[in-house]
Formats: sequence, structure tokens, C-alpha cells
Amino acid sequence: MKGFRYLDGVVTLRLDRLSCVGCGRCLEVCPHQVFTPDGKKVMLSNRDACMECGACARNCPVKAITVEAGVGCASGMITEWLREHNLGNMSAGNCCS
Amino acid sequence: MPRIASELSFCDHLGACKARWGLGRMDFIVPPGLYAVGHPSAVDPVVVTANYKMTYDIIRRVLVGRNVWLLVLETYGVNVWCAAGKGSFGTDELVRRLKAAALAGIVSHRRLILPILGAPGVSAHEVTRRSGFTVGYAAIRADDLPEYLDNGMVTTPAMREITFTFYERLVLIPVEIVLVLKSIAVIGGVALLMVALLGNITAGFIAFIAYVGAVLSGIVLGPALLPWLPGRSFAVKGAVVGLLWSSLFYFFAGGSGWHGAVIAALFLALPAFSAFYTLNFTGCSTYTSRSGVKKEMRIAIPTIGGALIASLILLLAGRFL
Repeated sequence: MKGFRYLDGVVTLRLDRLSCVGCGRCLEVCPHQVFTPDGKKVMLSNRDACMECGACARNCPVKAITVEAGVGCASGMITEWLREHNLGNMSAGNCCS
Repeated sequence: MPRIASELSFCDHLGACKARWGLGRMDFIVPPGLYAVGHPSAVDPVVVTANYKMTYDIIRRVLVGRNVWLLVLETYGVNVWCAAGKGSFGTDELVRRLKAAALAGIVSHRRLILPILGAPGVSAHEVTRRSGFTVGYAAIRADDLPEYLDNGMVTTPAMREITFTFYERLVLIPVEIVLVLKSIAVIGGVALLMVALLGNITAGFIAFIAYVGAVLSGIVLGPALLPWLPGRSFAVKGAVVGLLWSSLFYFFAGGSGWHGAVIAALFLALPAFSAFYTLNFTGCSTYTSRSGVKKEMRIAIPTIGGALIASLILLLAGRFL
């Protein structure tokens, strides 16, 4: 993505090259061009650009891709954390609610 | 079957504008189901979208002058990307809607066109297995749909690349402001009261303006200036605009006459507020990952909390020094 870059070395995206059948679905659905074709398979060429949306994993027919996908906004996570600790909902409002 | 107009009316535009400001946003919906744009026949393409009216309006606008089937999924008034993340724009709903509309008897082909941003919720091979329809992910932006349809349903690299332009960031800001009004009223009110009790009512109002300015800097300036602010962390970017606001406030509110402790408190608390609100914009951004935000929050939230507590101690200490 031109002009933007988030933190390096944090994403949970994994590709199991042995299982990959090279169907190319991940190349189609990734909005950040994290994968590139590599022979008859794909490779992770830009892993740090991943935003963990989970599109590749969901569309991989052989489950060669794993990623912990989920909502990535601070107030959403604080709400989640408060709920986990039984502190109720004290957030000011969540855009996704 | 409902046949729909491709030209948007004044009411459509007004509705979109209101939704951007959080007015009736969750009721801005269209009934799910199959719609006809123009006069589609059995061979014409099927485009799948969400039932958020703003999404539906954009799609029918770009399809003007064409014959297309439009399959609208029940996403409860949520856009494609957020609905895909929640799963309502998903495999189950798509298969269910295909059957409910009896699409297999209406079109002779077996191909669906989906937005790329719907892919986090839809499993293409699963849809094919359960319904016989194949899924093609066309483009990220609806504006690219005409080109996709015209060039034999081929996605160009540009159609696949997500952006986050100045305008794309700007239109997200109004609803963020509306969502934060409640906490501004509560926190700002408490700050005003506290300072008013400690000092005087004028100081209370000054503190209130300082706080509101810091919040708005974090919500408006942080996102607007995003690519030009230093660092990759959203909290750092927010702290920078907060520092800018603190400096402006210091100069224009006559800060040179204030106690040293008050000045220190100001430069601690205001950037902390701005940092929090810009950090929260990660939820709207098109490139931040959940793991990245988690990592950032582990450092930023205690730092922000520490800065606010230190600022409070300084204000109280300043009273007795």
C-alpha cells in the first residue's frame, strides 16, 4: 500500500507452503498484495503489510493459510477486555456496534 | 421482482450525508433480495452487495445504463467490509439468499460477482460446493465495477489495491466526532467542575476548551494528517498533534503567565487525550492489523494513563506549592 506502513513483525499470518496447491485465491482476495506467485505455489512476499482481515485463510480451499483475524480498533478491544474482566461496558461508543 | 433506478435522488444524497453524521445510520437500509438493474436477461451478470443503503446506492449508481442482477444480502445495514468481518456478509447468508431468490432458475450461468472486501466473510469454494455458483472477486471499489464488466471480468492490479486517500479519511471523521460527544460531555464536565472547584470558573472553562481541542485534534487532525505525521504508531501520531494543540493553546490562552506545574500538566494531559483518539482510528484504517493494535495498546494505554495521573498530581501539587 503506497504511503502507509504499520508496525513490522507483529502479524499472525502463516502460510504452509507444503499444503499450498497454487489456486491463486489468496492473490485475488488480499487487499495488500501480501502474496506473490512462486512457481506452482504462492509465497509470503510482503508479510508486514498484512492487516489480518482473514480473507486469504477463509478462501484457501486446503487450509494452507492461518491468521488470527478480528476487529482492530482500540475502543473495541477495550470493550472486549472490560467484558472479559466482568467490568461491564464503559466505552463511549463503538463504530461497529 | 423490484426493478430499481440507477440515478440517485436528492433524498438518497441527503440520507447518505445524514448517515455520515451518525443520524439514522443504523436504519439506513434496503430490504435484502434480488433486484433488477435495467432489463437483465438470463445471461446477464449477478452482482452481490450489502443492504446498507449507502453501499446499495453506490452500486446502483455505477451500474447506470446496464442490465445487471443485484443480489442484496441481509447485513443489517452494515457495509460490506464490516459485515464480512462480523460474518453477516458471509457464506451462509449468500447461499441462503441465492436459494430464497431462486437465482438458479433465473440466470443460465453460474457465476457471482462479489466485492473483494467481502472476502473475509465468504468462502468461495464453500459457496460453490453448497450452491453450484462460482465466486469471482471483482474489485475493491464499486467505481471499478464498470471497467471490470467491460473488460471481460478481469481484475487489474489497481482494482485489487486498497487505498486510504485524504478524502477517504475525511468522510470517516464526522461520525467519529458524533460518537465521542457523550464522553466529551462527561469527562469535560468533570474537568470543568474540578478545576472550577480548585480555582475559579474561568479556569474551569479554559481547561474545558483545552480538553475539547485535544480530543478534536486526535479525532480530526490525526486521521486527516495521518501519512504525514511521524512514526508508524497511531498513538505517537496522535501525541504529535496533541503537542501541536498544546503549544497553540499555550500561546493563545496566555500560558506564559501560568504556574510551571500547570504548564507541565497541560503538555502531559492534552497529548495523552489526542493520542488515545488517534489510536482509536486504527478501527477505521485500511491497513492496521489487530496484532499491531494490540502491541501498540500494551504500551500506549499505560503511558496515556500515566500521563493523565501525573498531570492530575501536578495540578494538585501546583495548588499547594
